[in-house]
Amino acid sequence: MPAEYIPIVIFLVLATLFPVVTLLAAKLVRPSSPYAAKLRPYECGIEPESDSRGRYTVRFYIIAILFVIFDVETIFLFPWAVQFKTLGVFGLIEMLIFLGILVVAYIWVYAKGALEWV
Amino acid sequence: MPELEIPAGERNMVLNMGPQHPSTHGVLRLVLELDGETIVRCTPDIGYLHTGIEKTCEDKTYHQAITLTDRIDYLCPLTNNLCYVLAVEKLLGLEPPPRAQWVRVMLNELSRIASHLVWLGTHAIDIGAMSVFLYCFREREEILKLFEMVAGQRMMTSYFRVGGLALEPPADFLKRVQKFLQIFPGRIEEYENLLTRNRIWIGRTKGIGYLSAADALDLGVSGPSARASGIDWDLRRDNPYSSYDKFSFAVPVRQEGDVYARYLVRVDEMRESVKIVQQAVEGLPEGPVQATARGVVLPPREKMKTEMEALIYHFKIVTEGFRVPPGEVYQAIESPRGEMGYYVVSDGTSHPYRVKVRSPSFANLQALPRIAEGRLLADMIACIGSIDIVLGEIDR
Amino acid sequence: MSPLMVLFALAKIVVILLVLLTVVAYAVWFERKLLAHMQCRWGPTRVGPHGLLQPLADAIKLLTKEDLTPSEVFPLVYLLAPFLSLVTALLAFAVIPFGPETRVGGMDLFQIADLDIGVLFILSVSSMGVYGIALAGWSSNSKYSLLGGLRSSAQMISYELAIGLSIIGVLLLTGSLSLRAIVENQAGAYWGFLPRWNIIPQFAGFVCFLVAAIAETNRLPFDLPEAETELVAGYHTEYSSMKFGMFFMAEYANMVTASCLATLLFFGGWHGPVFGPAILQALLPLLWFSLKVLFFLFLYVWIRATLPRFRYDQLMAFGWKFLVPLALGNLVVTSLVLAIRWS
Repeated sequence: MPAEYIPIVIFLVLATLFPVVTLLAAKLVRPSSPYAAKLRPYECGIEPESDSRGRYTVRFYIIAILFVIFDVETIFLFPWAVQFKTLGVFGLIEMLIFLGILVVAYIWVYAKGALEWV
Repeated sequence: MPELEIPAGERNMVLNMGPQHPSTHGVLRLVLELDGETIVRCTPDIGYLHTGIEKTCEDKTYHQAITLTDRIDYLCPLTNNLCYVLAVEKLLGLEPPPRAQWVRVMLNELSRIASHLVWLGTHAIDIGAMSVFLYCFREREEILKLFEMVAGQRMMTSYFRVGGLALEPPADFLKRVQKFLQIFPGRIEEYENLLTRNRIWIGRTKGIGYLSAADALDLGVSGPSARASGIDWDLRRDNPYSSYDKFSFAVPVRQEGDVYARYLVRVDEMRESVKIVQQAVEGLPEGPVQATARGVVLPPREKMKTEMEALIYHFKIVTEGFRVPPGEVYQAIESPRGEMGYYVVSDGTSHPYRVKVRSPSFANLQALPRIAEGRLLADMIACIGSIDIVLGEIDR
Repeated sequence: MSPLMVLFALAKIVVILLVLLTVVAYAVWFERKLLAHMQCRWGPTRVGPHGLLQPLADAIKLLTKEDLTPSEVFPLVYLLAPFLSLVTALLAFAVIPFGPETRVGGMDLFQIADLDIGVLFILSVSSMGVYGIALAGWSSNSKYSLLGGLRSSAQMISYELAIGLSIIGVLLLTGSLSLRAIVENQAGAYWGFLPRWNIIPQFAGFVCFLVAAIAETNRLPFDLPEAETELVAGYHTEYSSMKFGMFFMAEYANMVTASCLATLLFFGGWHGPVFGPAILQALLPLLWFSLKVLFFLFLYVWIRATLPRFRYDQLMAFGWKFLVPLALGNLVVTSLVLAIRWS
């Protein structure tokens, strides 16, 4: 079984080597003359007035949490889908109950306005 | 638990949008205070394109200043030419012959189309519709070729003169204009097919950037931006100049006051402009293209070679310019962006004492914070596009 | 695995990697050229005939550009981000079969590894790609990058959900997570003429997958993370030279992966009419596969030339309020229909 993963490991190593080698090769040919103005973060040619690592809207966290919840449920669906025939009606009903709970959660989230952006 | 006090500066992010930004239509700088992606405050900062054209005009003769007016609003140079020339003609009490007036109307409407095409293209590409941009520039190219035919220049035309036109338009000019008029209405359909009923486009523009009629009046907004808010005011119809009263055209007005309404008004205006150009081509009167005003209008080339007097006048006009009776005048015309006005003061010499430009973009920009605050950063892009500003005109 | 086999696998992987990189480079050329012709332009014409050497010129240019690391970045994270993006984008290719099983010396020619969890592998690897973008945005110390990175991570995880749910319909039909098994299941035809591609029973799932895949690869009309008219260049604003090139390649590699996945899951993979001598019979499936992938790449460009961009809240609403319920509904209907048919 793990033998199937050997080519993937080889692929991973090669795929990692490719950018490393190009970056190192580029280092040999590219110029380098940095100065302060060049290294300033881009803000349309104006000196930034505030640090960019400030607070940002909590919306992104809500989306992240929702994703974690729903994605875990999706993962549960995968083995069920593959074994659908074997599990039969029992599995189907069980999964429908599971999906029912998921939909209730979804409706609750929807009604609470967690999916509204503004 | 007591609520935590957060200083305003820490709570919101201050973001500079511009002067070097792909969608501020030039070197406009906007200082945005963002809460997440919602704009809490928007402060436009202008002056990055200050050219000092108004001041430079004082150092030029009345004729020389025409070439400077091109550079104020570089998307419709001929409109600037016309406005300035009309102001000086008003001071002189000079009336150009009908043929010149009709050619002026024709070229002005062509520049209105060209300007609206740039607006539509950039507005569309700001919202992500990339192809519309290139389609618009394809047609604009045709118009610029027409300008090149009459003026020898694509953009900095300086084709109008005090008292008429610089030259009679070339022989097949009208034919080329006709050809353009035949293809262009179909091309407007093409843009509309890509945008008008596109649901993403409607979602991005409808209900966005609402400007009420009262706000538009208070902030001095004019032109298509005001007409989209229900203000039925067009100087071409309500205060006609250069024989506009002899043309029949409709003034598109909408009540919604949002970005989508501004889009529709400008698209309709292009259609109306096509009608005006059509009328101008069909009914173009024969006759001279320059008024007979000794000492103001340059004498024809042949006369200079046969008449001593003509040669002297030519020399005088070119070297020291013509004198304009003292007085002051305000001439307003309908530019593609709104009310463009030239306020010219003469002290009786051959140089203007003061030239002040009332530029529509400057006033229209004032509406930007009003329509964009409280909305998302992405709406800001749609709002900037919809008020159609030209920075050259704002900073002068 | 014997050392000889490992050597053989190594050679195969090198070839596939080279082909993949070439495809990615020419996907850029293909897009520029096609887009140009849709917009009455010529596109690249100067470098080589029809600009065919343009990708090479671009590569040389990117290699020889100065590489700036802005002050106040987190150096390690800043460097790691493009690596993560590119490596995960390339790695997704490891399980994609390009043609039917063709064994030479006990080794399959047209696939690097036929995992029994192929679909899951691609999903997990591509979700790793989010880290690249999120970290790039966060480490750059630029507000435009930060906004782009945040937008991007929220967008990608939202649409990943839709992708995951839309694939389950196909899994129900096939009963396997192996991409090869999924394609084999689509062989033959309904009533003798209609190919048994999954797009027919799973049309809703296909639409859902396609839309989510376009969003997942950050392409128009969902290209908000790098919406240049809003965020200048989004998360890679502060990247230059080859590091920018790596993000760029990752984006196109993801496009190619998404096209391959759409072909394998819904368009019958390499299935198509096969005829003629043995060598032609071996090569035709490859051709069908490539043509189908090309069709999806064409679709990407076509959509880009036609549509404007969504606004961020509209994009999230579209993903959560339309695609997710659609995919869930499709899943329930599919399972019920299958249960009725099999019982």
